[in-house]
Amino acid sequence: MKNDQAGLYIHIPFCLSKCGYCSFYSISSVHLIPEFIKAVAGEMAFYKNTFHAFDTIYLGGGTPSLLSVQQIDDILKAVNNNFNIEQHSEITIEVNPGDVSLEYLQQLRKLGINRLNIGIQSFDDPVLKFLGRRHTSKEAVFAFDAARKAGFDNIGIDLIYGLSGQDIDVWKQTLKETLSFFPEHLSCYQLSLDEKTPLYKQYKKEGLKLTVENEALDFFMTTSQILTDAGYIHYEVSNFARTDSLKSRHNMKYWRHTPYLGLGPAAHSFLDCKRWWNKAAVKPYLKDISEGKKPVEKSEQLSTKQLALEALFLGMRTKDGINFELYKKRYGSDLLADKRPIIDELIKNNLIELKNDSLCPTLAGMAVADSLALI
Amino acid sequence: MKDKSPPNHWRAFFNTLMENIRNFSIIAHIDHGKSTLADRLIQFTGVCNERNFQDQMLDNMDIERERGITIKSNAISLPYRAKDGKEYILNLIDTPGHVDFSYEVSRSLASCEGVLLLIDAAQGVQAQTLANLYLAMEHNLAIIPIINKIDLPSADIERVLEEIDSELGLDPDTHIKCSAKEGTGIEDVLEAIVLRIPPPKGDAENPLAALIFDAHYDSFRGTIIHCRVFEGTVKSGDIIKFMHNGTTYKVEEVGHFLLTRTKREKLSAGDVGYIIAGVKTVADVRTGDTLTLQERPCSQPLPGFKEVKPVVFASIYPIASDDYQDLADSLDKFKLNDASFIYEKDSSAALGQGFRCGFLGLLHLDIVQERLEREYDLSIILSVPSVRYRFTLKDGKVVYVDNPTHYPDPAEIAMGEEPYIRAAMMLPERYLGTVMKLCMEKRGVNSNMNYTGPGRVELSYEMPLAEVIFDFYDRFKSVTQGYGSFDYNIIDYRESNLVLMDILVNGEKVDALSQIVHRDRARARGLNACDRLKEEIPRQMFKIAIQGAIGGEIIARSTISAFRKDVTAKCYGGDISRKRKLLEKQKAGKKRMKMIGSVSIPQSAFLAVLKSDND
Ligand SMILES: Nc1nc2c(ncn2[C@@H]2O[C@H](COP(=O)(O)OP(=O)(O)OP(=O)(O)O)[C@@H](O)[C@H]2O)c(=O)[nH]1
Ligand code: SF4
Ligand SMILES: [Mg+2]
Repeated sequence: MKNDQAGLYIHIPFCLSKCGYCSFYSISSVHLIPEFIKAVAGEMAFYKNTFHAFDTIYLGGGTPSLLSVQQIDDILKAVNNNFNIEQHSEITIEVNPGDVSLEYLQQLRKLGINRLNIGIQSFDDPVLKFLGRRHTSKEAVFAFDAARKAGFDNIGIDLIYGLSGQDIDVWKQTLKETLSFFPEHLSCYQLSLDEKTPLYKQYKKEGLKLTVENEALDFFMTTSQILTDAGYIHYEVSNFARTDSLKSRHNMKYWRHTPYLGLGPAAHSFLDCKRWWNKAAVKPYLKDISEGKKPVEKSEQLSTKQLALEALFLGMRTKDGINFELYKKRYGSDLLADKRPIIDELIKNNLIELKNDSLCPTLAGMAVADSLALI
Repeated sequence: MKDKSPPNHWRAFFNTLMENIRNFSIIAHIDHGKSTLADRLIQFTGVCNERNFQDQMLDNMDIERERGITIKSNAISLPYRAKDGKEYILNLIDTPGHVDFSYEVSRSLASCEGVLLLIDAAQGVQAQTLANLYLAMEHNLAIIPIINKIDLPSADIERVLEEIDSELGLDPDTHIKCSAKEGTGIEDVLEAIVLRIPPPKGDAENPLAALIFDAHYDSFRGTIIHCRVFEGTVKSGDIIKFMHNGTTYKVEEVGHFLLTRTKREKLSAGDVGYIIAGVKTVADVRTGDTLTLQERPCSQPLPGFKEVKPVVFASIYPIASDDYQDLADSLDKFKLNDASFIYEKDSSAALGQGFRCGFLGLLHLDIVQERLEREYDLSIILSVPSVRYRFTLKDGKVVYVDNPTHYPDPAEIAMGEEPYIRAAMMLPERYLGTVMKLCMEKRGVNSNMNYTGPGRVELSYEMPLAEVIFDFYDRFKSVTQGYGSFDYNIIDYRESNLVLMDILVNGEKVDALSQIVHRDRARARGLNACDRLKEEIPRQMFKIAIQGAIGGEIIARSTISAFRKDVTAKCYGGDISRKRKLLEKQKAGKKRMKMIGSVSIPQSAFLAVLKSDND
């Protein structure tokens, strides 16, 4: 089955500056990039016998678009040297609007990259400033147009909503502008602040609050409404695609316990009930690899119980829900039989529905997916 | 200790004259330093060396040490060479302080000739100081007032002396000052015990009469009986008889409580010690019973025996039904050591298989619950506690009902009755108004009032037991700001207009939440229960209706609104583990909840139903 092919993630841990809400691992020491690229190639060698073939590649970060075309080419060459890449693989790169020129994008396209994810976040300049982004809405418009011109026919846009005091109309306006580009894919993330982020500290200091429950629900529902009206499939809590085939194949692997290999600092991997992750620090990462060691921070063997819980919470975040047969086969328990009374109650309350032998969250259900996972 | 020959001054244990024995107890208001003083006495007399010593020596159970309360009586014999050069044995009996165990306390005091009445130098005379003093006086005990904590900067000895005189009515010149914490004045205390507490009376040649004041279970030796010998002598090989039911046992061993049990040849009049006689469980022994010899029995039992009966009943269910057998085994073991705890099989439509249990009061219930969870690692739910009601049916049959699930068909009931108690309270006059109001609210009748000293009143009421055990004690303490003391005894059953009130959660009756209530109170109780449940049951993904009903009629309701958004936007790339760990934590929290129908109800909800929101 195509979905069981593994996914390859490569984390490019560099950003020119840190966005206020971001909790991804990245540093600004861009002079380390050349060394890093060699190291990533070195890391691939460790896994060449464990992971044979991939049908998705995702260059994420950090800011992959800080890399030159040559550097990206080097990475992809290393990938091809170490692994089999299926013919119709989905190959994605994340780019920041401020970084890209038409020529750069054209070159990426030539390298075989067929999917672009642009971190636009908002079309409202005050919001962009507040978030600490380095680009303007004008640059965002330019980046998208350039991507189209460069021949990308699978473009995703990342957006953020739910800032303190954000008026829902500002958000609706951003959605409206986004739709005018007709992107193939949309990720709309509700702002949630990790304790380590600068914005969190600012929120605390100024006593700002994130959107409260009812307001958050309002944003969530409105977003879903507007985008589904515009023809998108709301296939995961924060993700929308124009058609089934335009869903992020790579991300879906994370949600389905499909094997994936993550390379680069802080990247996570999963294979055969085991999950491990790399050190979230560039220098130790480089050092380990130069000494011929895997830069792994920690690994964990997941029990069936843990896997089942993951399957539940991930499944409840997706429109397709949880397939009973598959669940039983993989995790050994019969959801429907074990949880009948609560399932009935949830159906009655229009939070889940049974279709295609699956337990699927409704839109209202998706909004409480965390609790659905704990039934 | 066993393998070494005892120190010289311990020879008192081997040939004690009655005049060299002192039996005493320490009584005090909570936290005035009983346990600390006991520790110092133990250390001073050298019964235990530094290595063996640990704080709160006599509080053996974890739960006692943690809560800093004494639940079970405990005894220890201290060898002491007094300034007069003679060797004495000082038997210290430590007692619990809560009314649930007041019968045990009274038996312990009955085993003594004197008490140390401990008063905190900073706090002065408090409610339990008085209540305990009265108890000691009832037993005609010698009373030594001791002012403790004199090391505190806030100590006000002059004031305490004034209070000893005016509030306790004791001669302030007889006091001793000490700091149990710093160990000052300890020798004065020991000397006073020797000089001012009379030696026991009795005759070792008389027929045996020994008072059982406690018993505990030992997994190797079975039941260890704690007793005070008043008359006669008992030794291994004797056939002893429990006077209340005539059962007989052969004595295997007698001895003293030192740091550990220490075997002796015999126990004689005046001694405090233990008897091992092949008694299987502590339930076969009655606190307050008299032990005598089968061959030469005493003519009558010692006074004051009372069969303690449980007054509060509740069902215990395992949260996970797989744990039923574990629960059954644990109760079996638990019962070995707690004679006042009783149980039998029970089942609930909502909660499945469980056990109906009887307790001495709500503290006892609380302790049993905590010990079961802690010592046997069980997650359990208790149904709403109930007293035992009496119903006369139309066909003349009389039934006792302590479980609302067994409430008779209302059409068959000719008369319902509930147990009444007489509550005795002691409090400063300034709280009289609020306490009387509280008692009336709790359906108190036939009040009686008495001034025991300037500004102090003794107040008594007859009240339904159900009103008293549920939420009375806490509120009484709070309205008297801790200065009131309270005690009760059951007097009789009285006719009462009773109804069964059910609780429905999302339309489903939860039998473990049903209560038997007075009809006039039903609506208020129902509203209160609905409100409490609304607070205790966390919001869930759907709206939850909570209703109180009598028969088919809904008398109270509340609604718990649904929460509608909890999902987080992002699962950070492949880092699924982080999110899973968060959910695992939440899931562990949910383990303490019982799924009833489709609603998770936390353990705390079942007891909270009885709490009022007045405080
Ligand atoms: N400063 C000072 N503190 C003392 C003294 N004696 C006891 N305490 C402290 O008072 C607190 C209560 O002492 P306990 O010995 O536990 O009192 P208790 O009477 O056994 O308490 P309950 O068993 O709860 O009734 C503890 O924190 C002791 O350390 C003393 O002489 N001086
Ligand atoms: S949000 Fe993206 S660009 Fe901003 S700091 Fe984080 S990884 Fe870098
Ligand atoms: Mg104590």
